[in-house]
Amino acid sequence: MNKAVILVGGPSRATRFRPLSMNMPQPLFPVGGKPIIWHQVSKIASVPGIQEILLLGVFEEHVFQTFLDQCSTEYPHITFKYLREYALLGTAGGLHHFRDLIKRGNPKNIFLLYTDICSSFPLEELLEKHEKSNSMGTIMVKKVPKSDLSKFGYVVPDAENNMALHYVEKPETYISDLVSTGVYVFTPKIFDLIAELIEKRSSELSSLSKKAFRAEFSESHDFLRLEQDVLQYMASHNLLSIFITCDFWRQIKSAASAVSANAEYLMQAKKNSESYITCQNSQGPTIIGAVYIHPSATVDPSAKIGPNVSIHARANIGAGVRVKNSIVLDNVSISDNAIVINAIVGWSSKIGQWARVEGSPCTAQNENTVEYSSPNAFSICILGQDTIVRNESFVRSCIVLPHKEITHDHHNLILM
Amino acid sequence: MKALILVGGFGTRLRPLTLTLPKPLVEFANKPMILHQIEALVKVGVTDVVLAVNYKPEVMVAVLKKYEEKFGITITFSVEEEPLGTAGPLALARNILAKDDTPFFVLNADVTCEYPFEQLLEFHQAHGAEGTILATKVEEPSKYGVIVTEPNSSLIKCFVEKPVEFVGNRINAGIYVFNVKVLDRIQLRPTSIEKEVFPELAEQRQLHTFDLSGYWMDVGQPKDFLAGTALYLSSLAKNNPTLLTSPQGNHFVVGGNVLIHPSAKIGQNCKIGPNVTIGPNAVISDGVRLSKCVIMEDVTIKPNAFVRNSIIGWHSTIGAWARVDGVSVLGDDVHVADEIYVNGASVLPHKSITSNVTEPKIVM
Repeated sequence: MNKAVILVGGPSRATRFRPLSMNMPQPLFPVGGKPIIWHQVSKIASVPGIQEILLLGVFEEHVFQTFLDQCSTEYPHITFKYLREYALLGTAGGLHHFRDLIKRGNPKNIFLLYTDICSSFPLEELLEKHEKSNSMGTIMVKKVPKSDLSKFGYVVPDAENNMALHYVEKPETYISDLVSTGVYVFTPKIFDLIAELIEKRSSELSSLSKKAFRAEFSESHDFLRLEQDVLQYMASHNLLSIFITCDFWRQIKSAASAVSANAEYLMQAKKNSESYITCQNSQGPTIIGAVYIHPSATVDPSAKIGPNVSIHARANIGAGVRVKNSIVLDNVSISDNAIVINAIVGWSSKIGQWARVEGSPCTAQNENTVEYSSPNAFSICILGQDTIVRNESFVRSCIVLPHKEITHDHHNLILM
Repeated sequence: MKALILVGGFGTRLRPLTLTLPKPLVEFANKPMILHQIEALVKVGVTDVVLAVNYKPEVMVAVLKKYEEKFGITITFSVEEEPLGTAGPLALARNILAKDDTPFFVLNADVTCEYPFEQLLEFHQAHGAEGTILATKVEEPSKYGVIVTEPNSSLIKCFVEKPVEFVGNRINAGIYVFNVKVLDRIQLRPTSIEKEVFPELAEQRQLHTFDLSGYWMDVGQPKDFLAGTALYLSSLAKNNPTLLTSPQGNHFVVGGNVLIHPSAKIGQNCKIGPNVTIGPNAVISDGVRLSKCVIMEDVTIKPNAFVRNSIIGWHSTIGAWARVDGVSVLGDDVHVADEIYVNGASVLPHKSITSNVTEPKIVM
């Protein structure tokens, strides 16, 4: 029997996902027509022997209730539960806190995934490598260009690319080109190691004077980070094997990166001929490449949609509208002859006739390095919930906070 | 009667359009700029027109030959070997301008207005002095040379160049009428009519001013060309509305001032206006939005495109869902790809634009 834990984080961690996270927790934001977390759930659910999927985070309980109910219906053989962390314990500390729940039923392997990533999640291959290596844990890693230094956690492999020799988080100098993808599988023995490391750290902290402790650490004694405290230890003690994936993988940190994640998932779904991908038909709009259109959305036949476009529930796309490389959320209305490129159009927004909403294409270089304080740095154009773009106005590479009306042309601005 | 039109040089300020056609032949409201002036001159009885030019392109000779025949007038090119300023050309064309005793008109080729030559001539002959300057009133006289008259009189006292203090807001509109006698004051050398001839005439109480009613614009550069087009169309709406496309029966017209050549085709669900001219054989596809723009001959605008405050040169195409804005000027045979944004670009002839131009620049 196998289990999985998805680390969903909390509302305070998702500031980089603003303004979209102002309306919806990031894990539930739809990319490729489905919530970010759904892509993980569906991949986990297809691994043989999975019986339980646990979500671990600091959101309130009700946040994931509807989603988990839907998951239970879609995957009746799997139990879904949300575990809410109240104290800031760090990733490993949180796992430690819920160890009894996670270990219940004696799972053989436990998958651990972060939610803010987009990937094909080759979990079966990961599991195969893990079982073959007979190690305490296996980390999925990916080769990245050397220039991406200091954005990720890096793994130094042994000569056979079999075991990790060293793990380091966001180094300043080049050490390896293999990065942690935030996808792991562990045997339950990891809980003994975590307990041991917490015990060790706690006794070290207690030996400090109380005053010094307060000055240095605001966390509780149970605080433990997965990467720096656990993975680094495992790597240096020959307990961590590695699985190198060559498949697609990227982080979904900023709101802008949701557009490329959307594209990746749509292209993947089209390749796999998933039924929810929209196909060209003679009465419908022109469809280019991978497109998802929710069944309740209405799209005029003279519109041209795609590639890499998701159009969500009850959206209304008028005559002669062009949408390309964008996410159009629920209840959005786009009037005749408007054009939307490289953008996210927030819930219930209204785009007027001949309006233009355009971002520049998102590249791996700019999508996660958005400096919200400096202009000219935006790539994707993002309209928050209930934005109104008047007829003929042009919003270029702007981030618009919810409930704003745009009456003039704007570019490279945050519109508060 | 006679008239001299100061055409001058290569019209570089109106490039890239003037890379294809000499400035007088660039269509202003679907008609070569010079034709507007020639028609108005013919109407008041002018039979001899002199074009003062620095160079004489073949294409211009051919076109003006046609006008000679059409209107039964004589058009002479007076070619300057060296630039003679604004007065020198009058001396160069003396043999024509002085061939009889009737007064003659002088006009700058870049000026558009209602050309009230008849009233101007009547006024000129009534006061009996040597010259009359057509004057227009401007909001910011400090940018121009201001005409100062005697109190309660049309007699010009002096000129004040770029006045710091308000002395009046009448400026020289670039259109004059003179008695032949004025030619005795002008030598065949580079001379400025504004700086040398006029002050002398004013001092000798030989120069009057006549107020222009209606609009006035120097359309020598793209921004003013667009503004001048709007003024001209407004004037048509007032004086000759049947030439414009009526919003009645043409649902696509918004805000009026739309001039569409009969041979142009307009698609479904377009919205056109205000202040738009569309040239011969232009094709405006379905769902296109045009405002404050000039679409020249044989241009194709593909579906759902948006053109505002721009000039689209002959034979150009604008792609589907493209957006052209911000005083963009596309030369002859320029192609903007589908979905592209072009802001304030000056595009030289025969170029294709396949990526966004977000900030004003020249595309060579």
